[in-house]
Amino acid sequence: MSASVETLVNQAYKYGFVTDIESDVAPKGLSEDIVRLISAKKREPEWLLEWRLKAYRGWLKMTEPHDWPNIRYHPVDYQSISYYSAPRTKNPLGSLAEADPKLLETYAKLGIPLSEQKILAGVAVDAIFDSVSVGTTYKAKLAEQGIIFCSFGEAVQEHPDLVRKYLGSVVPASDNFFAALNAAVFSDGSFVYVPKGVRCPMELSTYFRINTAETGQFERTLIVADEGASVSYLEGCTAPKRDENQLHAAVVELVALEGAAIKYSTVQNWYAGDEEGRGGIYNFVTKRGKCVGARSKISWTQVETGSAITWKYPSVILQGDDSVGEFYSVAVVNGRQQADTGTKMIHMGKNTRSTIVSKGISAGQGQNSYRGLVKVLPRAAGARNYTQCDSMLIGNRCGAHTFPYIDVQNPTASTEHEASTSKIGEDQIFYLKQRGLNTENAISMIVNGFCKEVFQELPMEFAVEAQKLLGISLEGSVG
Amino acid sequence: MPVLEIRDLRAAAGDKEILRGINLTVNAGEVHAVMGPNGSGKSTLAQVLAGHPAYEVTAGSVSYMGQDLLDMEPEERAQAGVFLAFQYPVEIPGVTNAYFLRAAYNEIRKARGLDEVDSMDFLDLLEQKLKVVEWGPDIMSRAVNSGFSGGEKKRNEILQLAVLEPRLAILDETDSGLDIDALRIVASGVNKLRAQDRSFIVVTHYQRLLNYIVPDHVHVLSQGRIAMSGGKELALELEAKGYEWVDAAAEAVA
Repeated sequence: MSASVETLVNQAYKYGFVTDIESDVAPKGLSEDIVRLISAKKREPEWLLEWRLKAYRGWLKMTEPHDWPNIRYHPVDYQSISYYSAPRTKNPLGSLAEADPKLLETYAKLGIPLSEQKILAGVAVDAIFDSVSVGTTYKAKLAEQGIIFCSFGEAVQEHPDLVRKYLGSVVPASDNFFAALNAAVFSDGSFVYVPKGVRCPMELSTYFRINTAETGQFERTLIVADEGASVSYLEGCTAPKRDENQLHAAVVELVALEGAAIKYSTVQNWYAGDEEGRGGIYNFVTKRGKCVGARSKISWTQVETGSAITWKYPSVILQGDDSVGEFYSVAVVNGRQQADTGTKMIHMGKNTRSTIVSKGISAGQGQNSYRGLVKVLPRAAGARNYTQCDSMLIGNRCGAHTFPYIDVQNPTASTEHEASTSKIGEDQIFYLKQRGLNTENAISMIVNGFCKEVFQELPMEFAVEAQKLLGISLEGSVG
Repeated sequence: MPVLEIRDLRAAAGDKEILRGINLTVNAGEVHAVMGPNGSGKSTLAQVLAGHPAYEVTAGSVSYMGQDLLDMEPEERAQAGVFLAFQYPVEIPGVTNAYFLRAAYNEIRKARGLDEVDSMDFLDLLEQKLKVVEWGPDIMSRAVNSGFSGGEKKRNEILQLAVLEPRLAILDETDSGLDIDALRIVASGVNKLRAQDRSFIVVTHYQRLLNYIVPDHVHVLSQGRIAMSGGKELALELEAKGYEWVDAAAEAVA
């Protein structure tokens, strides 16, 4: 590992390039007309337009949350953002065989080959560029087993009943300010449906890329695992370096029916801004899963290293009896980054179980907050939660904060909360240096050890990627 | 050429001068015991040789294999073959002993222009080295020093010494906190590692360890200087007469 980390720590954000491609960009600003324009561009049915408009009207009455999150930023000017941007290509999007070479090149540069022949690992990819899906690999192979994996826009056209049934069933359009905004203007995203009893034979993944300046990205992902089905899904994200902040307000909904299992992993590496805190992505995301059926399971694993500001709480509603929710998180802040992240576990069914393991790492002048809610409703007899929340500080100008909320309304439930805060000691670094490791490798080893319980939840190839990412994110954090 | 040549070495922690003119020459294959009462500077000497950032060298020179040791980063010293067995080995949670040892082993190999070894080859090597400290393979999957007993931590230091094969090994109070069985294992491990091309500096408060690791030379520190030097008999004499005897002798000289 040392050789690769060493080279990696010595390079800046390597995904900061811009693809020079002509795009169709909607005029800046938000209005009913823009909502209608997006819906029309995507040739959506009337019910979906109505759904968007209702969300938009609700959003107008809401205010951006500034009181409770432990993050500081200037309110976003929603009229200075463009809400739709699609690369202008001669060929229709969605077909990889005919895709613009510049787009394929972009993903190749990001290390995401979209040509199926070139993919070694069994991972199917949906590539989202600004507001639209560039293409999805392995679609035909998955379809043989009845698995639907396509862009959200395509799902609306091809599988409208499924979309209509589940859209907003976990995160309603009125849920919160950013979820309402997303419901009004979401452009594309991924859609997955795994039919009864089918175990998805490969990892599914979506790669999000913001390219155009002064645009926001508002993708929406919906994953449904029918009875007894299982699927593992991954998302990755990058954006060019720009001096302005860009808004990313996504919504992810997961639905697990009886006996189904969904594993959702995120490696988030949006551009974090420069050392003075100029630029970077505002990552304001609502992710929630619902264990609808008995014995279902939803597991979130996230490695959050990028973004100027992260605001996200991947949550699980444990509705079915004996259902299981898990949240494994590594959140790293360096430079001027701020993160307020955690989870919500809502126990509704009997004997529901949840596990929360959160590892926060703060370096530079970064501020990292864990915020988690464990709620046990009166009917949830025998519910159990275990929470472990560890913070690590590197240097003396950063901060770590913990905001746990525990609300238990059933006397047979049990919840455990363990928390620790540690500082990477000079003695630990010296010990490793005395064994021949340089400072960067020493820190990388200590931090990777600290995050081990989370990394071992990631699919193999992404665990390696995540370890490398930590090295880059903590570049120059000591000394 | 001596392995190590320390000349008039002075070092301070903050405003406090701890080493006040150390002179010591160590040749290949020799074992030097450095003894002294608490606060005499013997652990500081070990830390300064390894390059601990808490100490500032204020005067003097240290030549290691003809190189200016004080000009090297701690990891460069390690890569060049200087090993410190810590008095208080540090815990690294979540990192297995095997992973850590292989990383260290490969860093040192890389620095010497050798190829890195993969984990399978490394496991073969480890199997041999574990015998030095009479250990089974279970220890390798535990996190570095995490939850180790005092004795296990010290054994782990000797295991690292065995794997990394340094040219100069400095043992900083490796005997402290050991029961008699652990002391025997640790000392016998060190004895197995004695070699023509490996020198030892054994820092210890008590003569006890030197019954097992028999030194070629014994030096007694007092107030940041070497007050007496001699053969292995000096340790026995010291045991009989106590450190006051050395301090008194040092006062008389000063």
